[in-house]
Amino acid sequence: MNSVVCVKQVPDTETLIKLNADGTGIETAGIKWIMNPFDEYAVEEAVRQKEKSGGAVTLVCLGPDQALDAIRSGLAMGADTAVHINDAEFAAKADPYATAVALAAAIKDLEYDAIFCGKQAVDDDAGQVASILGELLDLPVITIVIKFELSDDGKTAIVTREIEGGHAVIEVPLPAIFTAQKGLNEPRYASLPQIMKAKKKPVTVKTVADLGVSAEPMTVIKGMELPPERQAGKMIEGADAAAKAAALAKALHEEAEVI
Amino acid sequence: MPEILVYAEVQKGEIKKGAFEITSKAKALGGQVSACIIGKDVEGLAGELGKYGADKIYVVDGPEFENYLTEPYVQALAHVAGLVNPSIIFISASAQGKDLTPALAARLKVGSISDCVDLSMEGDKVIAKRPMFAGKAYATVEALGNPQVLSIRPNSFGVEEIAGAGDVEKVDVSLDTSKIKAVVKSVEVTESEEPDQTEAEIIVAGGRGMDNGENFKLLEELAHAFGPTATVGASRAAVDAGWIEHGYQIGQTGKTVSPNLYIAAGISGAIQHLAGMNTSKVIVAINKDPEAPIFSKADYGVVGDLFEIIPKLTEEIKKIKGQ
Repeated sequence: MNSVVCVKQVPDTETLIKLNADGTGIETAGIKWIMNPFDEYAVEEAVRQKEKSGGAVTLVCLGPDQALDAIRSGLAMGADTAVHINDAEFAAKADPYATAVALAAAIKDLEYDAIFCGKQAVDDDAGQVASILGELLDLPVITIVIKFELSDDGKTAIVTREIEGGHAVIEVPLPAIFTAQKGLNEPRYASLPQIMKAKKKPVTVKTVADLGVSAEPMTVIKGMELPPERQAGKMIEGADAAAKAAALAKALHEEAEVI
Repeated sequence: MPEILVYAEVQKGEIKKGAFEITSKAKALGGQVSACIIGKDVEGLAGELGKYGADKIYVVDGPEFENYLTEPYVQALAHVAGLVNPSIIFISASAQGKDLTPALAARLKVGSISDCVDLSMEGDKVIAKRPMFAGKAYATVEALGNPQVLSIRPNSFGVEEIAGAGDVEKVDVSLDTSKIKAVVKSVEVTESEEPDQTEAEIIVAGGRGMDNGENFKLLEELAHAFGPTATVGASRAAVDAGWIEHGYQIGQTGKTVSPNLYIAAGISGAIQHLAGMNTSKVIVAINKDPEAPIFSKADYGVVGDLFEIIPKLTEEIKKIKGQ
């Protein structure tokens, strides 16, 4: 099975977010960048399917120069090649729609049976790109996948997706798009030899102009703000656990009025 | 006056609370409000939306809509959007809504805004506020297309009783089956009446301090004492340790929640966890380590052994609830 995996580079989840001077985006200086955690599940699944049934795994990534680090991480996990849509200007203002247009343009020339994406990128948290990609490429999209199985003839996927309060099992003919949720697998740590090998794997660099697309964003961020800092409230004191529990329940009932 | 179309999700034979929230919000924004419900045997539910501001309710009812699948639901909702010609579409950002919203927007060839927590009108255009980085920052966003498609985070707005005309119209949708490639083989929903974490009014969450999965029973008992609007949550540490399923995880690689009450038991308060529950109205921290960072964000802190305090708290809550 040949797979394409869409990957995005995002700030590490430990990052303390600060705003830039004009409040239109975040201050990027000093941020540690990582591959989007949900994309790791997507890469891992594609590599596992390759290890089981053959085929190749191609990464597609939209981002500036530094996004190459995320691409190399994916190659070290076992992906074979990558397309880097290296267009800092486009990437900086791209919303989910524009991102999907660029990815679709890069993907349409590739051979694939499945496209894997993370269920959302943990920076903008939109969770939209895979669905738009499905519309642009006219492919079915199954989101929030926690189990992926290929049929014996390799033509169909049987996947389990998370739904509210449970699971649904969906059967879908390939090619199709899947978004990976935590729990789909346990992403591997790349070994040093794999990291070294990844540096030699081919990465095709393209600009959005090379791909022949132009896409104006369909949503615009007019400003950003930080949430108000929460202040520490009061400590509940008491002689023992029972007294503390009683004092807490009283405070929640009579003071906070949440019960 | 903007024409607003609201998608009213049905689950387990009832219209979800999130649907009433966005219907009454649409009315409060000054819109002419149409609602759309899709499912099997859902026609009888439609009228209720009139109490919360729906002027017109379109019903798409048939066996082919028994289980949610993206493509048929997108076709049905896009069909109704074609009838209504709305300038704004609201969908509650439930698990289903998060799947449906971007797919619908793409079908209508417009963009969408995910998981909005606040809305305002600028003329006939809606401007949304939404969290990014799991709530470490908020963006003010405008969708440029027509219609503007937005998913709205549950619990962002109250359910208000505002009468709408409440006219019900059944709509026949002939599906383009050539585009429906996926098939639902089975659906397994646990019988539990607990709400999803994103929709719960009270969350009792456990972290590394829970020591094992078995101990989460204590949190379930406490949640149970609070009643049907309460549920259990967990930190990443507890999920990664295999003590509880990932569906319970709160934080940047889990769910972002804003309940009325969030009780963090044995959770130290890593930045990615705090981001996911920072907007809870009241936060309680129970931890044996008085230096735990969670205390700096908590409205009420209790230093002590959660294994002693939680069962006692459960007793106290039962007393208050008269159980």
